[in-house]
Amino acid sequence: MRIQESSNTVRALLKRELAGYFTSPVAYVFIVIFLMLIGFFTFYISRLFEAGQADLRGFFEWHPWVFLFLIPAAAMRLWADERRLGTMELVLTLPVTTAEAILAKFFAAWIFLGICLALTFPTVATVSYLGDPDMGAVVCGYVGSFLMAGAFLSIGSMTSSMTRSQVISFILSVVICLFFILAGYPPVTEAVSGWAPSWLVGFISRLGFLSHFASIKRGVLDLRDIVYFLSVMIFMLSANGVILENRRTA
Amino acid sequence: MIQVSQLTKRFDIRTAVDNVSFAVEKGEILGFMGPNGAGKSTTMRMITGYLPPSSGTAVIGGRDIAQDGLSARKMIGYLPENAPVYREMTVQGFLGFIAEVRGFAGSRRRKAVSDAIEKCFLTEVGNQSIGTLSKGFKQRVCFAQCILHDPPYLILDEPTDGLDPNQKHEVRQMIRNMSAEKAVILSTHILDEVDAVCTRVIIIDDGKLVADDTPDGLRKRSKTHGAVSMLVSEALPEGLAEEIGRLADVSEYQVSDDPAGFRLRAFPRQPGLPIAPQILSLASNRGARIQSVFVEQGRLDEVFRAITTSDAGDSSTRSV
Ligand SMILES: Nc1ncnc2c1ncn2[C@@H]1O[C@H](COP(=O)(O)OP(=O)(O)O)[C@@H](O)[C@H]1O
Ligand SMILES: [Mg+2]
Repeated sequence: MRIQESSNTVRALLKRELAGYFTSPVAYVFIVIFLMLIGFFTFYISRLFEAGQADLRGFFEWHPWVFLFLIPAAAMRLWADERRLGTMELVLTLPVTTAEAILAKFFAAWIFLGICLALTFPTVATVSYLGDPDMGAVVCGYVGSFLMAGAFLSIGSMTSSMTRSQVISFILSVVICLFFILAGYPPVTEAVSGWAPSWLVGFISRLGFLSHFASIKRGVLDLRDIVYFLSVMIFMLSANGVILENRRTA
Repeated sequence: MIQVSQLTKRFDIRTAVDNVSFAVEKGEILGFMGPNGAGKSTTMRMITGYLPPSSGTAVIGGRDIAQDGLSARKMIGYLPENAPVYREMTVQGFLGFIAEVRGFAGSRRRKAVSDAIEKCFLTEVGNQSIGTLSKGFKQRVCFAQCILHDPPYLILDEPTDGLDPNQKHEVRQMIRNMSAEKAVILSTHILDEVDAVCTRVIIIDDGKLVADDTPDGLRKRSKTHGAVSMLVSEALPEGLAEEIGRLADVSEYQVSDDPAGFRLRAFPRQPGLPIAPQILSLASNRGARIQSVFVEQGRLDEVFRAITTSDAGDSSTRSV
């Protein structure tokens, strides 16, 4: 009964949120920039066609770096805007729990990112036309990339609830995302390993996105990596909830 | 019934709402008054569950907003300050969204939306996006949002703020039409509004409740309540004014020129003391040619000012 009610509420909120994406030109601009950046890195930097290998590592390789800037940009308005316009007060005084409101926003944005990812499919089609990539690995790469996008997004959603300024939300979110990326980035881990105890180095690098994305982009979907990305999302969205409960100021 | 008990909200160091208690029954329209920054919006935000109180409780129809917020919020219609709306949505779309979140589906949902649109005179703009509407229409869209589920409790934060006189009149009309079987709290700093719609008034100043009365009851506290205003044509008989001023029940008097002669106003020593008979007999004994006499009812703005500026030093340092 309560679960039914709750899912109806989330669905209503999610529908409005998602429809909001496609009535604003910003969403289309976002999609175009996303596709152009991915395409630029894949074909111009990685030279996917010339590399002579028929897999998509040169394609997935760049996703964390493109996400680093684009997902905070997509997430920055989630709560900051509602806080600024006062609609947050409207929504949170409806019979809606904070968790429902957060999940609805998060899933709507995640679906939108999923659509962006799906639109890169022509790349995959080209490669499979030219070569014969392992389709299992490709699917795995997409699933991993989608999970990682969710983790980035949960960070952006959290920072967006901290402020009414989209710019501040964006910057905070990029900094935190950058930390998560660099934590597993080999040059950084090497630098740290010079002086830090090895357990700490191991811990930090396991905290990072890259080490978890590394096997995924090779086509290995490990349950531990999935659990990792889901935990990041759960943690960030819970923080998001705590922030909203405590900072409901107008 | 809305039962507010010892509600308090502290922001860092300042106490925005300080130990406020009151109750509102069905059929009442409670005017919630106070100068800007007195704590009206903060109180309403706590009653609607948006802000957690520092201490105290608000119970709506038997449900505590802190313990059982979801059930309590189902019974409330809330119009936040400045009437926030999703500007990119159409009026229909927005109200449909609110209805859906409130659990309406299918034909019930369509009916709830069309009823609200009709009650708030929005038919002509139903398909327009809210961002393109004038302030008055936006306010009514947000108002439609709060009555859509026909809630027993309405909480309206400055529902007529920023509207022109005609729009104000319409919104007040809507509130009155709707209030018979509801308990309504509406905040305002417009005194006419209180007179026009409210059955009861509470005044808060600097977070504290300073009055809880009917509009008439409040007016009776005015120092001009029971004052006699008399228009005398031609000349005022010599010494009459002074003589009136010496009456035991009269505290002071004023004489002013008037196109038709002179106007004499006498104030009672205490609000409401019946001084008119003595003044009238005195004046007719002295042969004054009385054109008209009336007894003043007192003015809300005077009472309001007297109550809320008693600690003026405090309020000047208030703004944050
Ligand atoms: N989020 C907040 N943080 C700090 N102070 C606040 C906050 N919200 C309101 N206040 C202060 O609380 C007081 C009451 O504000 P408010 O309830 O908005 O008054 P009103 O609605 O009567 O004009 C004001 O002095 C205001 O500055
Ligand atoms: Mg206010």
